[in-house]
Amino acid sequence: MQPWTLFEVFVRSKHGLSHKHVGSVQAADASMALEHARELYTRRSEGISVWVVASAAICACAPEDKASWFETAEDKAFRHARFYELPDEVGHM
Amino acid sequence: MSLDSHASKDVFEYVLRLGDSALIQGQRLCQWCGRAPFLEEELAILNVGLDLFGQARYWLEYAAELQGDACTADRLAFHRDERDFRNVLLVEQPNGDYAVTMLKQFFYDAWHWQVLEGLGQSSDRRMVAIAAKAVKEVTYHLQRSSQWVERLGNGTAYSRQRMLAATAELWRFTAEFRTSEARENWLWIEGVAPDPTRIGSAWEHTVASTFERATLPVPPRPQPGYLNARHGLHTEHLGLLLAEMQSLPRAYPDAVW
Repeated sequence: MQPWTLFEVFVRSKHGLSHKHVGSVQAADASMALEHARELYTRRSEGISVWVVASAAICACAPEDKASWFETAEDKAFRHARFYELPDEVGHM
Repeated sequence: MSLDSHASKDVFEYVLRLGDSALIQGQRLCQWCGRAPFLEEELAILNVGLDLFGQARYWLEYAAELQGDACTADRLAFHRDERDFRNVLLVEQPNGDYAVTMLKQFFYDAWHWQVLEGLGQSSDRRMVAIAAKAVKEVTYHLQRSSQWVERLGNGTAYSRQRMLAATAELWRFTAEFRTSEARENWLWIEGVAPDPTRIGSAWEHTVASTFERATLPVPPRPQPGYLNARHGLHTEHLGLLLAEMQSLPRAYPDAVW
């Protein structure tokens, strides 16, 4: 048998605003991947909308870039808006 | 209610036909457990099987009430013999390869959907309620099995050859989707069940259009054979299936979860 293609599955829950990545499925093509995703990831009422994307179509950053890409943000507290005095009327923000 | 009147006996038989067909098809699908070619397909096929068990339970609970005498759905499912089963002959056929399994599912779904859709207009409120719940599930089953027929028919030369072989093997069992007997015609006239002639032609239409997309030839209409599920005359495969399905409740009648 021909190997099937791997697809990533995104599901939007009833109260969710955006689709969230939930896992992956194998399938012969995109429409079959949608059916498989429906069977695997929405059988317990998890969602009202499903997207599938061929895993190969996703462009991802390299894990070895973690230090130069993300760790450099850790000591830049000034990027968070935490130095403003909030008027009392604003309340919790 | 009891089965004294002809009318309730007719309804009982009709409900059994729907319940038993769902039960036996569900049992066949569950025989794929641990054997499907991919994890995804296994889950899909078992989900459909479990949908059908759920539907069988509703129908058999109704049949048990019609029968009275403290009959239950479990009693009907696990303590009846082959001759008392009213499932369509198609669903008791062995699973064979994936082409046979999917084509069997498709032929059944195409009939099942028409019947459930027609029952939406039934004068029997219980049937309307069960059918309304079931038709949503079966709409998906039909979509899934039609896609498999198309994929295998249009796929490779090998998958097409398997699909042609599956058609040759199963076609004769489709005769009963296009025939009806006095009982069903009465139920139609009484407004309980949909018109069996219309179901038959709608079934043919669904099959013709899916086969066209699958580039598969539609064989000529089969002649009804000697076996007749409406009278409990089944193929040899049902007995073996029941032996496995019923063995535990028959050996331990008081067993509980």
